[in-house]
Amino acid sequence: MSGPVLSIENLTVALPAWSDRPHAVEQVSLEIRANEILCVVGESGSGKSVMSKAILRLLPEPHVRVTEGRILFDQQDILSLSEDQVRALRGGRISMIFQEPMTALNPLMPVGRQIDEILEVHSDMTPAARRQRVVELFDDVRLPEPERLLTSYPHELSGGQRQRVMIAMALALEPALIIADEPTTALDVTTQAQILALMKDIQQRHGTSILFITHDFGVVAEIADRVAVMRFGKLVEEGTAEEVLSRPQADYTKDLIAAVPSLVPRDRESEEAQDQPVLVVRNLVKTYGGRGGLFGKVGRTVKAVADVSLAVENGQSVAVVGESGSGKSTLARCIVGLEVPEAGDVMLKGENIARLSRRALQPYRKVVQMVFQDPFASLNPRRKVGDIIALGPTIHGTSREAAWDQARELLGLVGLDPRAAERYPHEFSGGQRQRIGIARALAIKPQLIIADEPVSALDVSVQKQVLDLLDELRRTLSLSMLFITHDLRVAAHVCEQIVVMRNGELVEQGSTAEIFSNPQHDYTKALLDSVPGRDWRH
Amino acid sequence: MQGSALLRYILRRVLQAIPVILGVVILCFLMLQLAPGDLATVLAGESGGASAGYIEELRKRFGLDQPITTQLWLYLKSIVVGDLGYSFRHAMPVTDLLLERLWPTLLLMGATLVLSLGLGVLGGLFAALWVRTWRDHLISIAAIIAYATPLFWVGLMLILVFSIGLDWFPTSGMEDVVQFYEGWDRVLDIAHHLVLPTITLSLFYLALYARLMRATMLEQRGLDYVTTARAKGLTERQITFRHVLRNALLPVVTVAGVQVGGLLGGSVVVESVFAWPGLGQLAFEALFSRDYNLLLGIFFLSACLVVAVNLLVDVLYVFLDPRIRHGS
Amino acid sequence: MKTFWQRFLGNPRVMICLLWLLFVVVIAVVAPAISPGDPFSIVGQPFLPPFGEYLFGTDSLGRSMLAGLVHGARTTLLIALIATISAVAVGALIGAVAGYYGGFVDDVLMRMTEFFQTIPAFVFAIVLVAILTPSAQSLVIAIAVVSWPPIARVVRGEVLTVKAREFVQAAVIAGERDSKILFREIIPNTLSPLIVTGSLLVATAILTESALAFLGLGAPNLMSWGFMVGAGRSFLRDAWWLVTIPGVAILITVLCINLVGEGLNDALNPRLHDL
Repeated sequence: MSGPVLSIENLTVALPAWSDRPHAVEQVSLEIRANEILCVVGESGSGKSVMSKAILRLLPEPHVRVTEGRILFDQQDILSLSEDQVRALRGGRISMIFQEPMTALNPLMPVGRQIDEILEVHSDMTPAARRQRVVELFDDVRLPEPERLLTSYPHELSGGQRQRVMIAMALALEPALIIADEPTTALDVTTQAQILALMKDIQQRHGTSILFITHDFGVVAEIADRVAVMRFGKLVEEGTAEEVLSRPQADYTKDLIAAVPSLVPRDRESEEAQDQPVLVVRNLVKTYGGRGGLFGKVGRTVKAVADVSLAVENGQSVAVVGESGSGKSTLARCIVGLEVPEAGDVMLKGENIARLSRRALQPYRKVVQMVFQDPFASLNPRRKVGDIIALGPTIHGTSREAAWDQARELLGLVGLDPRAAERYPHEFSGGQRQRIGIARALAIKPQLIIADEPVSALDVSVQKQVLDLLDELRRTLSLSMLFITHDLRVAAHVCEQIVVMRNGELVEQGSTAEIFSNPQHDYTKALLDSVPGRDWRH
Repeated sequence: MQGSALLRYILRRVLQAIPVILGVVILCFLMLQLAPGDLATVLAGESGGASAGYIEELRKRFGLDQPITTQLWLYLKSIVVGDLGYSFRHAMPVTDLLLERLWPTLLLMGATLVLSLGLGVLGGLFAALWVRTWRDHLISIAAIIAYATPLFWVGLMLILVFSIGLDWFPTSGMEDVVQFYEGWDRVLDIAHHLVLPTITLSLFYLALYARLMRATMLEQRGLDYVTTARAKGLTERQITFRHVLRNALLPVVTVAGVQVGGLLGGSVVVESVFAWPGLGQLAFEALFSRDYNLLLGIFFLSACLVVAVNLLVDVLYVFLDPRIRHGS
Repeated sequence: MKTFWQRFLGNPRVMICLLWLLFVVVIAVVAPAISPGDPFSIVGQPFLPPFGEYLFGTDSLGRSMLAGLVHGARTTLLIALIATISAVAVGALIGAVAGYYGGFVDDVLMRMTEFFQTIPAFVFAIVLVAILTPSAQSLVIAIAVVSWPPIARVVRGEVLTVKAREFVQAAVIAGERDSKILFREIIPNTLSPLIVTGSLLVATAILTESALAFLGLGAPNLMSWGFMVGAGRSFLRDAWWLVTIPGVAILITVLCINLVGEGLNDALNPRLHDL
């Protein structure tokens, strides 16, 4: 192995005065060697993304700017190059792939032209030769019908295809280095697995180096040759993937790795169900679209939930696992009465609530409550935390004082200061807000909690705390839980039962242990195979 | 989009416009009912005091003694065949009168659209390119002042300075009738008369488009695809003209389509200031002669014009935005 | 972190404009005290230039321009404000109901809103005032009728956004009543765009009112700025101040309202400069 392709020396990036800290990146030194994938891992606010943008001088200057350090590439300090020289590097010797391929592509330009543009500005190729090269690139990233794709627009492609286009774009001029900023975070698990495999394959075939920014240790385990861990803008630890993943040195790395839910299914067996299950869903159907307009039905109809049946026993926790568009969230909305299903039954403690009016539903509101995904959208910014939690009980007849007392108690229960009741939601962090959301769900003492991706918006370390809290509360309050998630690791961590959904249909269900050890359906197998870092045991 | 698909799309939009036109007709009819005195009394008043018997006879002749739904039906039927009633003040059918006065208004609106969109887009573009420099501030301040200026006042001030003071442009009218110009001389004469009314009507819209263009340019420049373009090694100029400009133009086109109704309203004021012989001037005259038939005819025609322009903008959009092309 | 008021009043442009608007409002309120009696009464020689015997001179009939401006402020502001408040009330209600209930109700209400937006607003206002016969009341009605659709659209859009937020779903699941969800969870979160759009609407209403008055469709027996410009236009050649002074009054007032509206927007939605 030869010397480094790129070396970052003592890089410091200053944030503007109104930020909560002075530096996004502080005194970071890193080397990216030839022919390797270096993963930079960190939680939000670690400065990993800012650092990656600083390399190609793409920071939003003058607010965010490099104040110290050097970035050496081809024996030159990128930071001291002229604008023209940097432009020659961008897309030519160093290229970038971004997180959200939909917004990273110009919606009004055919994708073929968007790649062609790189060749046009960096080379003397003729239009015919460029066209030839673009088709080759599409072929290289295994996009179907490359000729037709030349004139396709971004919105005509799927998320995975768009990211392949971005990769093709990055490869266009055989760069020495590709910087990939969370390139698979916006994708579904199975698509992520394909894109990761493609990137690994391309890196090996072309001998390119890749700087891969991610928050996900599973992804690191999947593709990294070497790993650098960042926190609060500083480099915490650096080493080969083997070293960092199996024998982490820094406490922070150890904590982060410990926070990643393991893929080993929990073995705790629920007690034999004595009485009737708290929730039974039978043959549920919910269709979207086909809205009635003045001129008859308009648009296509989509079966969001098609003939799904499942049961949640008392005290049990069941995970509904699926990718986007699988209908798992619609299922949850039907159960809590936010949507009215067209057919099928939702039995809560033996009573069918599927077609009850909102008024008739009122008594059952006390049985089932929901914890939401987005900690920022799930709390009304204009109401005090105490009022938010007390809302349910006051509707069901508790006096305001009693409800507030109870709210303070609940805040203590979910690990917050009871005085938080007097404050407004914006004063809390994402993890704290999610705790408030859990307190709200518990306020009317439900028997069943529907948790819709409750940790997917949180950082790994916070994720772990919230999951543990949910698990503990479930045990002490003997609650049942239906846990909606896209993440098999999370499902394995908190649920005894798993239901797998795809395109509105139930694919497979069974105990977590069974499904993990002996999946029956091909899709379940594919899903399990797609979990990043599935072979990594920590 | 294939030719046939485009045709289907246009056809669908035309069909969607029909209820709107129907609504306008019903609205016209209702307002006609609300108007003080009916056609018969107005007519009788025109002829200078008539007997009750004569008024009764007139009512019968125009079907005003029929139940209201029948009257509405008759009204609808006459509009379908292009009959908007009779203007007694001008002693000719409203439709003929409107068609005669339509072209000067279209000329004024067309010239205004070109001037305000052209300069507005350019102004906004440059303000965005020079953002937070004195040149940007200059454009932005000029735009916000123009945005707050009443149209009629601008017209009068322009007359005060450029017609009365400097004697560069005529104060009123569309052409110098006594000169009997023909061919290109006539075109030039009309163009000479067109300058001040166009500037007057344009000023507000110019400011609107400049402000909008600046805002959308700045918004678009912060989006991810611009970072991608920068990471590809494009120059700022290439990024602006190849990527940002077209994206930023979309909202401006939308607003320009929406503003056509406003443009028509503005032309009433401007035409009355400059005695421009178009629909607006006609409306101004109709107001004072209480010629409600004519006034509602103008209202109906303006609404149809707006619907037609909206249709045109929708079709234009198909070519500008591929997302619509494939979405439908 | 600055508070809303610090951001709003800390903006010098906003402060200057607020002072001007305060000045106009005070003048409008105490108009009878500043220039008692009928502003239409003749006080002296016609066409007296400004800054002489009368601060702003006299018009073609010898009426005091100052009295006209002062009483005109009263008329213009009152009509614009009442029209705007009515438009905001109607528009907000229609938009909120359409956004909250969705489905068929939304379809019907939005078709209606689009219809009113398609009709050329100013031409419609002219026809309405002409048919209702010009009066302060018909001006208010006409301006309100042509102004509510944008409000309805803004409110509907906001309600749709807020309704999709999870805290509204949480309230539904808790069993809250529709009216309480609408008024306690949704509406408070749609107020800031409503306030901004509403404040900008006052400026549009002033422009519409003065244009109608200029065309001779103003309230008879009520002095207004637009009417003064209209009355002075025939004497443009000889008495420039008849047209210029009331026009400048309209211009500055509308400009100030627009700037205050923008200032409100900036203060309500603080953004960290393009970051």
